[in-house]
Parts: sequence; structure tokens; C-alpha cells
Amino acid sequence: MAVEVSQPGVAPAAAVASAAAPSALGQRWRHLDKSAWVWLLAIVVLVFLVVNPIVRLLIVSFQLPDTGAFTLANYVAAYSRSRYVDALVNSLVLGISAAGLCLMFGVPLAWALSRTDMPGKGLVWVSILGTFVIPPYLGAVGWILLAGPNAGWLNRLVIELTGMEQGPFNIYSMPGLVLVVACYSFPYVFVFTKSALDLVSSEMEDAANILGSGNLRTTLSVTLPLVLPAILAAFILVFLEAIALFGSPALLALPGRFHVVTTQLWQFFEFPPKVGVAAAYAMPLLCITVFLFWLQRRITHRKGYVSLTGKGGERRPIPLGPWKWPLLGYCLLVCTLSFFMPMVVICQAALAKAWGRGFTLDNLTLNNIYFTLFENNLTRNATINTFMYASAAALIAITLSLCVAYIVNRELVGRKVGNVLSFLTMAPFVIPGIVLAIGFYAAYTRPPLLLYGTAWILILAFATRFLPIAYANSNAAIRSINPELEDAVRILGGTRFTAIRRVVAPLLKRSLAGAFILVFIPATRELSSAIFLYSINTQVLSVLLFDKSDEGNFEMLAAIGLILVFITVVFILIGFRLMGRDFMLRRSAA
Amino acid sequence: MSKLVLRNISRVFGDFTAVQDFNLTLQEGELVSLLGPSGCGKTTTLRMIAGFMAPTAGTIELDGQVISSPSSSLPPEKRQMSMIFQSYAIWPNMTVAENVGFGLKVRKVKADEIRRRVIEILEVVQLGALRDRYPAELSGGQQQRVALARSIVVKPAVLLLDEPLSNLDANLREEMRFEIRRLHDEFKITTVYVTHDQAEAMVTSDRIAVMNKGRVEQIDAPYALYGRPKTRFVAGFIGRTNFVEGKSNGDAVHFGGFSVPKLALNADGAGLPEDVLVSIRPQGIHLLKHDPGSSGRCCAQGSVLRRSYLGEYWDYHVALPGSAQPLRVTARPQEVFQVNEPVWIEIDTSQLTVIS
Repeated sequence: MAVEVSQPGVAPAAAVASAAAPSALGQRWRHLDKSAWVWLLAIVVLVFLVVNPIVRLLIVSFQLPDTGAFTLANYVAAYSRSRYVDALVNSLVLGISAAGLCLMFGVPLAWALSRTDMPGKGLVWVSILGTFVIPPYLGAVGWILLAGPNAGWLNRLVIELTGMEQGPFNIYSMPGLVLVVACYSFPYVFVFTKSALDLVSSEMEDAANILGSGNLRTTLSVTLPLVLPAILAAFILVFLEAIALFGSPALLALPGRFHVVTTQLWQFFEFPPKVGVAAAYAMPLLCITVFLFWLQRRITHRKGYVSLTGKGGERRPIPLGPWKWPLLGYCLLVCTLSFFMPMVVICQAALAKAWGRGFTLDNLTLNNIYFTLFENNLTRNATINTFMYASAAALIAITLSLCVAYIVNRELVGRKVGNVLSFLTMAPFVIPGIVLAIGFYAAYTRPPLLLYGTAWILILAFATRFLPIAYANSNAAIRSINPELEDAVRILGGTRFTAIRRVVAPLLKRSLAGAFILVFIPATRELSSAIFLYSINTQVLSVLLFDKSDEGNFEMLAAIGLILVFITVVFILIGFRLMGRDFMLRRSAA
Repeated sequence: MSKLVLRNISRVFGDFTAVQDFNLTLQEGELVSLLGPSGCGKTTTLRMIAGFMAPTAGTIELDGQVISSPSSSLPPEKRQMSMIFQSYAIWPNMTVAENVGFGLKVRKVKADEIRRRVIEILEVVQLGALRDRYPAELSGGQQQRVALARSIVVKPAVLLLDEPLSNLDANLREEMRFEIRRLHDEFKITTVYVTHDQAEAMVTSDRIAVMNKGRVEQIDAPYALYGRPKTRFVAGFIGRTNFVEGKSNGDAVHFGGFSVPKLALNADGAGLPEDVLVSIRPQGIHLLKHDPGSSGRCCAQGSVLRRSYLGEYWDYHVALPGSAQPLRVTARPQEVFQVNEPVWIEIDTSQLTVIS
């Protein structure tokens, strides 16, 4: 074989000459990756959806409404009246009590389902899933039917049994509100705690057992401390959920003549809307949320609880003996409070000619639901709107989050810009819906970006609100695709878009459908941001349900609620088929 | 005319220099391997040729046109190249035929022409029967053949292979080496082949560029690379070797137990430094029971320190007086020597290579 040593330090002159021939501009144009403008567009949209509302919120809180001059008057107005400060305190009380109650509900249930041989686990599991499905404000409606003063079913039962003058329960009170909020937030505690418990191996408990510690002592001194970070994180999460909630407090606190932060914010929007004061008043809510989410991340990311990161070893259920019956009783009590009782009375009301007439056959009718869906223009339009807005929002959120996830994972922009992008996409996670809505109101009620009064402001607010859910899913999906699959398209002559259309999109179909459902479901029931942004032609079911609550037409409220539940269940079932049973939990993987 | 020219290419990531001042010229129809340990910059170089990455210095030219420079870089889809990836990157959502036909479709070839060429190329890689299968239903070797067919069928200007055999088991890997060389001989596509496996590079390549720490150590045909390594790294990386240090004195260079005339080491005898390092392959040394006498050959006496029998050959470690390192010697199975047995070594001076 001939050996030719070639070290071409100097190239042939001809090659140099022809290389220099095309004009620099022409070469630039040929070399340009023409997909760049899409990524720029994504950045612009993100600024429009996330940055602008929050910046406007800050600015408006320091502006005089008429002149736009700098002022602190809004802050003075927001915090100078004791009524307003009381609302802040009430929110704090509500958050802490509800979160505490959630722990009492969620932790024992998680332990029972994860670690013990308690019977009836399936039933408990299904009713917790059911609790997830009920929008919190619908639960509140259910509890009004159950424990409304005098007319509530529970009060009537007690009066019947004891002959008391007045029923003992009043749901229009702080304890009532705490109970209702806890009933619909405890599933978070349950899920967090259970997934932590699922990772604790039985061997750790065996180790304590062999050293002479009994089951109870082992559970309290070994198992529980191991899952404590998860429980703490869940506590923070439900606290934040409770203080940011609008529906239940509006349904229960307003008739009970007290305010929490969210209802107070809503009052600032009564005509004429005091946006600046509302913005100033929303600041503590925003700051607490940001701070606590930061704290929660620190807790869950802390090292030292090794068992929470690895795969658990062998796991055996703890035999409870006779104690399994009281435990089952407790689990069923929680499920009864949160799921069975409210659901029964809501179904009854939705299917009754008049709910007060009770559970008799001649009281049964489908008229409420038929009327709501087909005859009443208002509710029919709201149903259509709910579907359209939620679909559009989910579509936008997924498209945008997919773009961002793609940009970040394929490092199409520098690492720093990539970090900023993913931060912005996840940022709405720590912005309470009601604060986001005020930001949107502040940003898009004036020309040149006059969106208020159109459907777009609702759609965009929903899309922004659930962007983090979409992003967590899109990110995981993009990561699962080997970049070489796209490189292969490009080197064979396809553009980046060809690669996305022909390879990435077909491979992501399933997980994106799942992500769509995960955004669509909460968007159909979103109330706290919708309530600030809807107008007479853009009502959605959740707003309508709230609007109709002071008319006392509970049959119609229940019918609207059932429609919402029905939509949710259908889409969850589709999600199960597409993605497998665990797809609902991926939300918390963010 | 040169097909592909890499001129003073460098690539820097932050503080880390992945590729430094890389020069390479490929002739039309040539297959050149980039060989080196992991992290030596060979894949980075390949991705710069493909256009997935721009160099931070230097230019890449294809058919005399600059396609990559620090300021701008032609996107991969416009380079008329094709590439085989470490993971094969077979699209799981398309059948074998769709995978192979994809590049033609992008090039807007007519449907019946695509069908004809896909069938033809699948026959060449012996996958004709599996046309309508999905990739998940294929074995690793078959996926590899799909990747080959997919990148050859478009008749690329340059074919790039990124460690294409590293995910296959040993037997299949050996088979695919010959397959790749056979396809190259059949289609004569200008090819750059990245690998860390020297046997793979030796079997497939016309020339091999050995890389280390982002630099080219040597570019040569396999035979020259093995027989005349220029650097210590190349000598050690390609096959096994003995390094022997010596001092030049007058007309000869003195090593531990033997000396060699300067003329035998270096054609003109000049330019040798005082301290000389040479490489001698284990099979360039013969072991003898008796002193062969002064027949002009290079001999020394030593003793067997250690031996291992590997079936195809003996591997002896022979200690020489005055030499710190024992010499490794490969001997045929019937050449049996006992440990501690005194032996005479005979060195084939034509196989001594001076290392710079």
C-alpha cells in the first residue's frame, strides 16, 4: 500500500480563490438558519404573557389612576383601614387552619393506603380521586346544601332527631370555610405523603423492630420523620392553595360577613375598579407565595433523607389487627365529608324539582340539566365558552411551552437566555391566579393592547396560569427524544421544521395529548382569574356558577357543577387511556 | 481536486479547547478515520463538518466553497451530506422503507424513483425482506444496516459516521467493519469515520487521523501508522509497543544492552538528538536460545522475566541488563522459553522507529 503523508497546512490556490467568490451577504443569507424567528416570537409571547402583567401590576400599584404619576397613596389606601387588615389576618388564619386540617385528613389516609393491610383501600382511593374531580367551589355549594343555617340537610337532621329550635351548623363561618377548603385541598397532602411513604423500605422499619421497638413507636419515630419533608412541603402547598382560593371564600365568607384577601381584592374591583389599590393589596399574597415556594423547594431538595431519593427495597404492609377497623372508619369519615355527602346532595339538587323537598321519586327530574345545557342561552353559551376557552388555552400553553422546552433543551439560545426562558415559563406557578388576573387587567385594559372584554384575555390568562403544567410535561417529553433523531433529518436535507413535523411531533403525540388534558381540566373550572376578566359575553361555567349563587337557585348551580364534573371525568378517562394510570400525578413532577 | 478541506479548525467551549488547529484534506472518494480516546475532540470535529456546530476558528470547505467559518455556517440540511449516528437515529415512527426513502423525499425525487432506489439499496444491505417493518422490530445489526442504507441512498457529497459500531456486540462489529468497507468500495463516497477502536479504523480506512487532546498526532495510512508512528502517543495507542531510550554517540545510538547505527534509524543519519526514544513492536523482536553470532544483526542477552500463553502467541517479558523496562516480545506458540531462562534477543532494526 502506498503511503502518502499529507499534512495540508497550505491549500491549493484554486480552492482559496473560489471560496472567496460569493458575496459575504449572499453567504450570510445561505448560512442563516431561517427558523430563528420562531424562537424570537416565543420569547416575545412569553414577555407578553408573563413579564408584562407582573411588571404592570407593580407599576400600577405605584400610580395615580388618572395621571399616572408616582404615588404611595394606593398602599396607604390598601392598608390603612382595619377592615382590610382584618382580611389579611383572616386569610392567614384560614391558610394555617386549613393546612393543619389537611394534614389531619391526608397523612393518616396516606399511611393507611401505603403501609397497612387496611381493608377497603380501593374505595378510599376512588373517593380521593373523586375529591380531586370536584371543583372546590362546587364542594362549597354542596356544603351549603348540607350545613346552611336552618335549611341545610345536616341541620334538618339534627332538628328532627333532637327537637332543637335551630340547627347547630353554620357553614357561613370561618370554621365552615376551613372545613370546606381542607376537604378539597387534602388530596395534595395525601399524594405528597403517599409517594414519600412508598419509597420507605420495610427494611428500615424492620431495623427498628429488631431493636425492640413496637409498630406504633417505629411508625412515629422512624417512618414519619423520613417523610416529614414531604409532609412539610405539602403543608406549604395547601397553605398557599388556601390563601389564593377565591370560589369557596366568596361563596361562604361573603354571606358570613367577613372577608379574606381574595374576596377583598374582588371588592376593590366593584365599580369603579380601584386597580392600583388592588395591585398594592395583592403584594403580600404575591410575596408570601414566592417566598414559600422557594422554601418548599429547599425542603424537598434537601439531602440527607436518602430513602426519599432511591428506589425503596422490599415493602410489606404492616398488620394492624383489630385496629384496621377504626382506621377504615376514619378514612371513610374523611371521604364522607369531602366526597360522598357533598356529591349526594349535589346530585340530588341537580336532579330535583326543588331540592328542599327531599329524596323522593316524584321530586326527580332531568329538567335542570336539560334547561342548563340547551334552553337557557346564558348557560348554554357559557358551556360552549368553557370548552372553547379551555381548549384554546391548552393549545396555546402547550405550543408555547413546547417551543420553550425545545429551545432550552436543544440549546438554540445561550445557556443564560435558556435559563431565563424556563424561569419565565415556570414563573406563573408561584403567582396566585387572582394576582395574575389583576396583572392582566392592569396590562390589557388600555390601548394599544385592549384585550379586556374579549375572549382573548380569558384564554391568555388561562394559558399563562397553566403554562407551568404544560411546561413540565413538554420538557419531559422533549427530553425523552434523542437529538440525533433530528440531526439525522437535518443532515439528510430536512430543515428543523421538517424534523419537528415528521419526527418530533409524531413521537410526542401521546404525551402532548396528555399534557393537553392536564391543562384543559383545570382551565374548564378556573374561577379565580376568570372572575376579574370576564365580561357579559364571555362568561364561563365557573363564573356563572358563582354569579348565580346569590339567587339561591341551587338546582341550577348543582346542574352546572355536575356538567363540569362530567367534563372532567370524561377527559380523565381519555387521559388514562392515552397515558396510563399515573398521568395525573405528573403535574406534581414540576 | 480536494473534496473536503478542514483548515486550522479550532473549537472552544468556555475554557475548554475541544479541537485545536485541526487540518485535514480529503480527496474525492477517500475514507479517512478520526481515531482517538474518548474526549479527544473527534466527534466535535465531525459535528463541525456536519454543520451542527460552528468552529471558533478556521474554515471548512466543500468543493472549494466555504461552508463553515466562525462568523457563519451553512445549516446541515444544505450541505448535501449524510451521517450515521452512534444511536443510529432510526426514526421509530417510520417503517424501514420510509426511513430509507426520507432523504429522497426531502430532495423531491419522484415517488416511483424513490421506491426503485429504496428497494435497490435495501437489497445491497441485505434488508430487502424487512422493508415494511418498524425499527422496534429490528435487531441492532439490522437497525445499523437501515442507517447505512438511509445515508447512502441519497448519494451524499460526504458521508459521516460517528462511532457507528459502538453499540453492537463484538462479532457483529467485526462483520459490520467489512460491510462498511465493502459499501465504500462499491459507492466510493467521500467518508469521515469517527471511532475509538483502532481495529475498526485499520479495517475500514484509507487514512487514519490519530487525535489526542484536541490535536492531530499523525495522519497516515494504517500500515504507515503502525509501522512508523511519529509520536509516543500514536505508537502507544495503535497496537502494543516497547519504548526504549538511548543515547547517541558518534555513528551509533546506544541502548541498554545493544546499540544501533544511526543510519539504520534515520535515513540521513543527521538530526538525531542526543537522547533518542525508539519504539519497537513486540513482533519486531525475536528470541533465540543461542548467540546468533555477529552477523550484522542487533543482538543482546537477557532473561525471561514473565510469560503468558495466549493460544495464538506467547507474550514474553524479557529483562535486559542496563535497561529499566523489560521488553515485551511476541513469539509463535512453538517457541517455548522458561522463566529465568537466559535468551538472546534479535531486533529487526528496520522496525525501529524514532519517536519525536
